[in-house]
Amino acid sequence: MSLVSIQNVRKSFGEVEVLKGVSVEIARGAVVAIIGKSGSGKSTLLRCINGLETYDAGGISVDGIDVAAARADLRDLRRNVGMVFQQFNLFPHLTAAENVMLAPRVVNRESEIRAKELAREMLAKVGLADKAGNYPSQLSGGQQQRVAIARALAMRPNVLLCDEITSALDPELVNEVLRVIEALAKDGMTLILVTHEMRFARDVGTKLVFMHQGKVHEEGPPKQLFAGPTTPELVQFIGASLH
Amino acid sequence: MTYKLHFADLLPYWDLLLKGLVFTILLTIVSTVAGTALGTLGASARTFGPRWLDRLTGAYVEVIRNTPFIVQLFFIFFGLPAAGIKLNETTAAVLAMTVNLGAYSTEIIRAGIQAVPKGHIEAGASLAMSRLQVLRHVVLKQAFEKIYPALSSQIVIVMLGSAVVSQISAEDLTYAANFIQSRNFRAFEVYLVVAGLYLLLAIVTRAALRGIGRLVFRGPGR
Amino acid sequence: MSDFSFWVILSNLLLATRWTIALSLVAFASGGLVGLALLFARVSRIGWLEWTTKAYVEFFQGTPLLMQLFLFFFGVALFGIEVSPWLAAWLALTFWTSAFLTEIWRGCVEAIPKGQWEAADTLAMSYMQQMWHVILPQAFRIAIPPTVGFSVQVVKGTALASIIGFVDLTKAGTMLNNATFRPFLVYSLVALIYFALCFPLSWFAHRLERTFNVAR
Ligand SMILES: Nc1ncnc2c1ncn2[C@@H]1O[C@H](COP(=O)(O)OP(=O)(O)O)[C@@H](O)[C@H]1O
Ligand SMILES: [Mg+2]
Repeated sequence: MSLVSIQNVRKSFGEVEVLKGVSVEIARGAVVAIIGKSGSGKSTLLRCINGLETYDAGGISVDGIDVAAARADLRDLRRNVGMVFQQFNLFPHLTAAENVMLAPRVVNRESEIRAKELAREMLAKVGLADKAGNYPSQLSGGQQQRVAIARALAMRPNVLLCDEITSALDPELVNEVLRVIEALAKDGMTLILVTHEMRFARDVGTKLVFMHQGKVHEEGPPKQLFAGPTTPELVQFIGASLH
Repeated sequence: MTYKLHFADLLPYWDLLLKGLVFTILLTIVSTVAGTALGTLGASARTFGPRWLDRLTGAYVEVIRNTPFIVQLFFIFFGLPAAGIKLNETTAAVLAMTVNLGAYSTEIIRAGIQAVPKGHIEAGASLAMSRLQVLRHVVLKQAFEKIYPALSSQIVIVMLGSAVVSQISAEDLTYAANFIQSRNFRAFEVYLVVAGLYLLLAIVTRAALRGIGRLVFRGPGR
Repeated sequence: MSDFSFWVILSNLLLATRWTIALSLVAFASGGLVGLALLFARVSRIGWLEWTTKAYVEFFQGTPLLMQLFLFFFGVALFGIEVSPWLAAWLALTFWTSAFLTEIWRGCVEAIPKGQWEAADTLAMSYMQQMWHVILPQAFRIAIPPTVGFSVQVVKGTALASIIGFVDLTKAGTMLNNATFRPFLVYSLVALIYFALCFPLSWFAHRLERTFNVAR
């Protein structure tokens, strides 16, 4: 059974229909790369999965929880679904360790000691054990994004949503973040990534979803799709992004 | 609470309230025009004038902003005659409100002027416009458009503050309220109604200023 | 003789200044507390609560402080409670201050980027947890300069309490003027004392604003 099931989801902002019946099945342990032109609805789809956006029709369920039905209180859903943002969105008034500890402490009611241990463990996982006491403003973009990943992981989610998490980074900082994600994939974490890193999507992904004008235009195993895209839109998109 | 409110006791005095309301409106209009003019002069002096004029204007602004309006009013109405300057209630009220708004609008307009890109001033100068022409056609027009919302809020604040002029017997809306309650002994009812009138006036003033702004700054684009 | 009355005037004004300071402090503190409670109501995302707070702010920002003083002075008496000018002034200034502070602070809460809410949201924090642990600590920082700035308005606002008979600096000025017939001197000194109270606060607020802008 799928861990995340998206069935015929539709979503409009005012008059504009942004998602026009999207269906994707995501198995436990899958690494799904969502690609497509800017404005094709990738972020909106991702944000529907954890209830940051509502959808108008269709259904999404995560680990058996129906997202629309959970609307009244999304907290149980969000304990299972972590998210990392393009702009990091770290809490600037808290240190790296405090950023990681906050949710375990106030949401899961972990003890201070346990939360500290957890923060140490998670920061070590993203290679930042020595930056625990630094404030976000004292970290590079790549380090900030890795703290954001550690923060999401500290809630022990079943699935991690990543929305263009390397797009705001200087080119030389992209790899340190991708390596962390790759390690998570190897650990068996279920990942749904909106990304422009085509090589990463091909090498690490287990499933590629190409979105075009609010629809899943093509999907399948990444290596196969990159080697032989069947629609002219994907041919053009891959061609454009390789230049 | 056993007390019953008696709003009907206000009815015989409706003409007094209307007279006071009109007075407050006129007072606000006159001092808005004069105060904004004074503020424009002040802001220009602070930005383009010689250093001593900037300092002097700055001192005026700080003195006004850091003392209560009622003290400014009393100084003008009671204090100035001792120095040979005699003013009637209405003139003193207008003067106090003008001087008060002048100080606040000096700072508001100055911020607007500083936000005008330097390139625009240089462009104007390179078109052989005089300093004054550049100021009027290039700088002030843009500055005003930018600060118009802040200036509007300040005008409403000054209008509400004008309630104090009743204390020197200028016959404004609050003066009318004081008079009526001394006759019908329904102080709470009177002040409640008059507070409502001020609230209405504030809402109307805001809307009117917004409308005027839309008319004046309705330019092409944007 | 004239020198003597100068010192009499000044010392009496300074004595009355104690009451201006006391009323300012008390009104600012209680107005701040009420304002904080109202802030929670204002951003509670509970329709009727937000609506009521909005109306409250609209009333106290849209009517003259002098009217509010009169309303409290004569309104509390309707309940059969004896009102001193001190009590009425304190109540009116508390309500008036809280309305302005609520509005200032709401602006600060809304200035926190949407991404902060979303990040806290996705960490499964409740609305109150987000507010308390993420939003307010950040809003608090940017709220300091305008809050200090508003304290100047409170000090100046206390001057109106003189009209309902509270013997503060302004009232002392009026009384001394009636006794000495030296209005120019008396009101100059009154203004000077208010300036000495307010200007340091204005200056401090301005400096805070600059350092905060640089820090950002
Ligand atoms: N909050 C919103 N309000 C209105 N329109 C939006 C909003 N968010 C996204 N859109 C529109 O929806 C479309 C899809 O946006 P998005 O999902 O962000 O695309 P992508 O992530 O693929 O670039 C775009 O046309 C965008 O302008
Ligand atoms: Mg996007």
